[in-house]
Order: sequence, then C-alpha cells, then structure tokens
Amino acid sequence: MLIYTLKRLALAVAVALVVSALSFGLLYLSGDPATAIGGEAATDADILFIRKTYGFDQPIYTQYLTWIGKALRGDFGMSYYFRVPVSQIMAARLPATLILGFSAIVFALVFSIPLGVIAAIRPNSWIDRTALFLSVMGQAMPSFWLGLMLMVLLSVWLPLLPPSGTEGWEYFVMPTIVLGYYAMPAIMRLTRAGMMEVLASDYIRTARAKGLLSGSILFKHALRNAVIPVVSVSAVQFGFMLGGSIVIETVFAIQGMGYLAWESIKRSDFPTVQAVILVFAVIYIVLTLAADLLNGWLDPRIRVT
Amino acid sequence: MRKKFFLVWMMAFLMLAGVAPLAYAGKANDTLNILHTVELSSVDNYFNTDRWGVVLCHLLWDSLLYRDFKTGEYKPNLATSYKFIDGKTLEFDLRQGVKFHNGDEFDADDVVYTLNWVSDPKNGVKTQNNVNWIEKCEKLGKYKVRLKTKKNFPAAPEYIAAVMAIYPHKYYAKVGPDGMAIKPVGTGPYKGVEVVPGKSITMAKNENYFADSPKGKPSIGKLHIRFISEVNTQIAELMSGRADWIWRVPQDQAEKMAKMPKITVENSDTMRVHFLQFDAVNKKGRNSPLNKLKVRQAIGHAVDKATIQKTLVRGASQLIHSACYPSQLGCTSDVVRYEYDPAKAKKLLAEAGYPNGFEMDFYGWRERPEMEAIMGYLNAVGIKAKIQYMTYAAVREKIRVGEVDMAMNNWGSFSIHDASAFTGNFFGGTADDNARDPEVIKWLEIADTSVDLEVRKKNYKMALQRIAEQAYCIPLWSSNMNYAYTKDLNFTAQPDEIPRFFNASWK
Repeated sequence: MLIYTLKRLALAVAVALVVSALSFGLLYLSGDPATAIGGEAATDADILFIRKTYGFDQPIYTQYLTWIGKALRGDFGMSYYFRVPVSQIMAARLPATLILGFSAIVFALVFSIPLGVIAAIRPNSWIDRTALFLSVMGQAMPSFWLGLMLMVLLSVWLPLLPPSGTEGWEYFVMPTIVLGYYAMPAIMRLTRAGMMEVLASDYIRTARAKGLLSGSILFKHALRNAVIPVVSVSAVQFGFMLGGSIVIETVFAIQGMGYLAWESIKRSDFPTVQAVILVFAVIYIVLTLAADLLNGWLDPRIRVT
Repeated sequence: MRKKFFLVWMMAFLMLAGVAPLAYAGKANDTLNILHTVELSSVDNYFNTDRWGVVLCHLLWDSLLYRDFKTGEYKPNLATSYKFIDGKTLEFDLRQGVKFHNGDEFDADDVVYTLNWVSDPKNGVKTQNNVNWIEKCEKLGKYKVRLKTKKNFPAAPEYIAAVMAIYPHKYYAKVGPDGMAIKPVGTGPYKGVEVVPGKSITMAKNENYFADSPKGKPSIGKLHIRFISEVNTQIAELMSGRADWIWRVPQDQAEKMAKMPKITVENSDTMRVHFLQFDAVNKKGRNSPLNKLKVRQAIGHAVDKATIQKTLVRGASQLIHSACYPSQLGCTSDVVRYEYDPAKAKKLLAEAGYPNGFEMDFYGWRERPEMEAIMGYLNAVGIKAKIQYMTYAAVREKIRVGEVDMAMNNWGSFSIHDASAFTGNFFGGTADDNARDPEVIKWLEIADTSVDLEVRKKNYKMALQRIAEQAYCIPLWSSNMNYAYTKDLNFTAQPDEIPRFFNASWK
C-alpha cells in the first residue's frame, strides 16, 4: 500500500506542475496583459510602464519560475483588478464554493445510490424506468436552463426562495438541486450497472444458498464491490462541482471560486486566474488521489496493478 | 391537478422547513435596490475604471462644478464661482459651511490635497486620463484655490464636473485608497453605510446635504447596490420584487418586460459611438487594401447602417455621421456622408484595383450580430470579411501595432461632453490613431488647447470634415440602453449613462 501511495503521490505532483505551466502559458495567448491592465485610456507610455512594473518584459519561463516559487509558499501575488492579495480574495470566495459543492454531492449521492440500487434489484420495473428517465433528463438538460426555470418557479411565480445570493441557507437550495442533479445520472447508472453485475455473480449466489439475509447480501457483500467505480466517479464529480460550478455560481450570483475564475478571465486578472486554476487542479488531483487510495483499500487487487 | 399538487406540496415543505418570508425591496422600506453587472475593483473614485465608479462619484462625492444635463452649463457646486485667468490657470471660490460625511469642514485644503495627490503619477491613480492634465493646485485663501494645467486645457471644467471628486484631506491622508474603498467619505447627497468588496454597497441619504447644491436634496432614504453578472438573474430579481432597478437589459428582453404591469422599461440613447476603424496609414507596411481611400469609401457605401440600426440595434440609438457624439462641444455632423449605395461601392472598388473584391479580417469584441450584418453587406460587394472575434485587449493590441485591416470599435468618451475626448484619442497622433494625418493632428492640437470657443469649434470642424472625407473611420450609430425599474419609481435616464438617483423619488 505504501509503494502504491507513493507512486500515486508522485504522479499527482507531476500533473499539478504540468497544469500550472500550461495555465500560466495559455493565459498569455489572450492578448497583451499590459494592455488589458491599462484599459481603454492607457497610452503607449502607460503600457510600457505596466510591462516593466509587473515584469512582463521578462522571458516567460523566468516569469513562470518566479510565480510557481511564490505560489508554493502560498503567495499568489496581487490581483490586478482588486489590488489585494489573491490569497485573500480566494479565502473569501472558497467557503461558498465548498458549501455548494459539498451540499450538491451529498444531494446527488443521497438520491442516486438508493435509486441505482433499487433499479438494479427491480430491473424494468416502474422505478427502474423512472430512474432511467431522470438520468436521461439530467444529462440532457443544460444546468443554466434548469437553474433559470427553478428560479422562475420558486422565486417569481411562487416567491418562496430568493433567486440569488448567499446570505443564508435558503439561498443554496436551488443551486444545490441544479448542481446535484447534474451529477446524479452518472452515479446512478454506475451503481445500477455495478449492482446488477455483482448480484449475478457466483459469490452472491453462494451467499444466498447459505441462507444469508437479503439485506446483508445487498449492503455487506454486493454494494461494497459495486461501489468501487462509483467512488472514482463521485470524486471526479465532486471536483467538477467545485471547479465546474461556474455556470451555477454565475446564474445564482454566488460569489464563489468559479464565478471568480470567470470574472477574472473577462478582466484579464492574470494572477487570480492562474491561482484559481492551480487551486482547482490541486483539488481535482487530491480528490482523484483520495479515490484511488480508497479503491485500493476497498479492493486490494487494485494495489498490484 | 398533478401540477397543483406538486406546488402545494412544495409550498408546504418549504414553509415547514422554516423559510423566512422573503424581504421585499422598494418603497415599503424606502430602499432602492439596484443591480449592476460588474463588481467594482474599488469604491475609491480614482481607483476604478468601471461606469459604476462614475455613478458613485456623483452619489458619494461632489466636484467643484456640476454640469446641468438639461442646459449643458457648468453650475457651481463645491465652488461658488470659477474663471479662467489665462489658458492654463483657473481660479475657484469655494463654498463655505459644507461638511463631509464624517463631520470635517470642507475648505481649500481639501481641494489642494485631492487634486495634487491624484495628479501625482507616483500615487498610481487608475484613471490617469482624467487627471494627467493637472500641473498643480495652490491655496490662495481658506476658500480660494488656483488650478494650473500643463498646457492650455479648455476642457478642464468638463473633467472637473464629470469625474473629479473632492476628498477630505485629513481622512484620506490617514486611510488612503484602501480605506476610502471600504469607508468612503465625501460631501455628496448620499453617504456610505457599508461596502462589502465585490458584493454590495449600501448608502443612506445625507440629511445634512447642503441646500444650494445643483444636484438637489435626495429623496430616497437608502440605496443598496448589488453586483449580479447574469442578466437573466437580474430580471428574475426584479420580477420577484427583490430588486427595483436594473439597466443594460438586452433589447428583446426589454420588449417583453415592457408588457409587465409592475415594471417600467425606458430606452435611452448613450454617448457610446460605434464605428469602423481602418488601417489607413499602413503602420506596419503590410499594404492592406484599406490603405486606399477608395476602398474605405467603398466600405462606407457598401454598409446599410440605417437598416442595421433599425433592425438590430433598435431603441433610442441614433445614426452617427462624424467621429464624435453630437452633444459634445465641437462636434459637428456637417461632414461627408456615405449613403448606402452598393453599385457605387463596387465602382469604387474597381477603381481602386479590386474589381473582384478581396479578402480581409474583420476584428471585434462586442456586438457580434451587428458585425455579422456588416459582413453580409461587404460580401455583397465582393469583400470577403472574416470575423476575428477576440477579447478587447487582444484586438486593441493588434490595432495599435497596425495588424488590423478593419475593426468594429466603440468609444464612450468617459461621458466627457467635449469632442476632444473622442477625436483626441483616435486622431490626435496617439497609439490608437490609425490615420496619423498631420493636418488633422495640427487642427486638433489647436482645438484642444485654444481658450477661444470659436477657434475650437472651427478647428474641430475642419478635423472632423477631413476625417470623414478621407474615411479614416466610418461612424455607425450610438449605443442605446434599456433601463427596467419598478413602477413605484420616478426616474429619468440620461445619455451620459449616469443614473442620477439623487433626483429619483417614490411615486
């Protein structure tokens, strides 16, 4: 398990470095940062001044090494737009994203795993067909559209929930439903498929022959094996919910990390964009690593491969 | 039946779950809830470049002068009078008995400190264009100051009235831009109550606002501004009654909202002018077809801008014929016009050596539908324009180095009612000048610095006529803007995109 863990860790660090280098380099393709910072009124002299002040006149690899060196110490530089440290901005925005991401993955797991299990036990029943319908809808419906429809229903027609903001728990109800619903199909279908496969296997038949209780067979023997791919997918989905909730955060005006990333890209606020991408990449990598390790623990055969 | 059941169930569930009744905006609690799309980088007037910064400048602070948007004249505000001593010197008598929101008394020290501090490049003011013409400000007495400009600058009163907030010198020296951004203090009709960076700003009526202010005493008790970038969410907020006022509503949505009983939709023209900008001077030696006058003229005749304005832009926008906004001092529409005439466009192209047209890149960063319509018109006369849609920074950089054949550009002149705010930027020999016409530069230099109004007007006219004759740019139309607000509100929109909430009231 130790060698397996170390291998996975080394791979994670390498991926993080590659992502950071790519994000740093790619941002420079969107135009001269000095012009973007200077804005409409900037003269040539202003732009030259900005270029020198911010170090844009240095070779890009020098700029990258300086940036990554500081980033490793938690210093992501100053936001060009807000003129405050990026770490300070991210600290203010991260809680909303974490609350939303966590509540959405819990929502998705709470509904999709039981639905997947029931659908597997009763294939082709009405509950299976309903689960399949919900799954197709979840995949086909754009999340911004679902968000706006919920907003019209629950904020405009029935003024029950606030359309946007983060002032209280009720502000998170609609975004949680929308974001969680988007993650449900994959988890539910994997649970269903995994359960069906496991339930048809020899060891389950043996367990039944031995007269074990069906609940024990289902949850102790079958679900533990069926859930392995679900763990991996859930980790990726959770990562997506943190990093990919840009649309949801924008629609519901949640000033989280996704919203910050989107707005910072529009404003060419390079230090903020670079820091947010790096943080998201690290979160993804940590989640994938955690899922790998958890799967290694659930199924020891994985550690050998 | 099922739908009803679902709704009843949902309502019961949420009530049981303890959802508090939602707070409603508006007249009932004397709070005007305002939404804006862009979060401000800083509330400090001199450290943001967003439109809302200009709006706050008028709400939280006062300037020495105030421009009456109905008559166009400069009225005394924190100054009681002003005069030009010579082309480079202005003297102001200041108002007595005015107090800042924190209780500090206003006098010459505040004006001298503010103007000298913001015009010092070391202090890194973001809106350099608004302050870099100031040489220095001197105190002549407790209520008298003298302002020196670097060169003759007749547009000074316009800049002073539009964007030059006066700060309390003791407070600003202590807290600096970061402190002013969190706890703004001015003399304006509204005072800052709470600033949540990037999220909201709350202001309350300044009960002690000086009676003689040309802005008038504010009526509405509180202003609460939130930043929501998504227009559809803003509309939902307005329709659910949690917001009272939004702007920049897209035309098609505005038309639908106008039919709603509780919402007023107002469309207003703005000073933002759209135009086609060409590589007329051949900055990079690329020998683009656009270096040729006849090609530029052909493009002017090829595009039916009236039809595009009528069908796509719509609203209160107006067709623009010269490189400025009509209400700016010195702007004239008495210039050569390029009427829609595709046959003439083809003839001009043939004369320029392109009987079968040519291919070119067409750059832009906003108003894509209008760009596509223009592309269609150009295609009809043989010019195959390929749209290059990029960020503003990327396009501007390319224009400046001379890599752009044609771009769809726009300019809001920072709401400055002086032609210099437009022509100076695009034809005064700056980095954005893709014409570099020595005669135009010379006329603009005279117009921008003369203290004789007639000399100014004459030289702007000559410059604008030459710009049109040479088709250095093809002006198209002005932007229009849709405002949507509760029927409970008395509000009037202005072309300078400065909503004057101190003049608004509840019905």
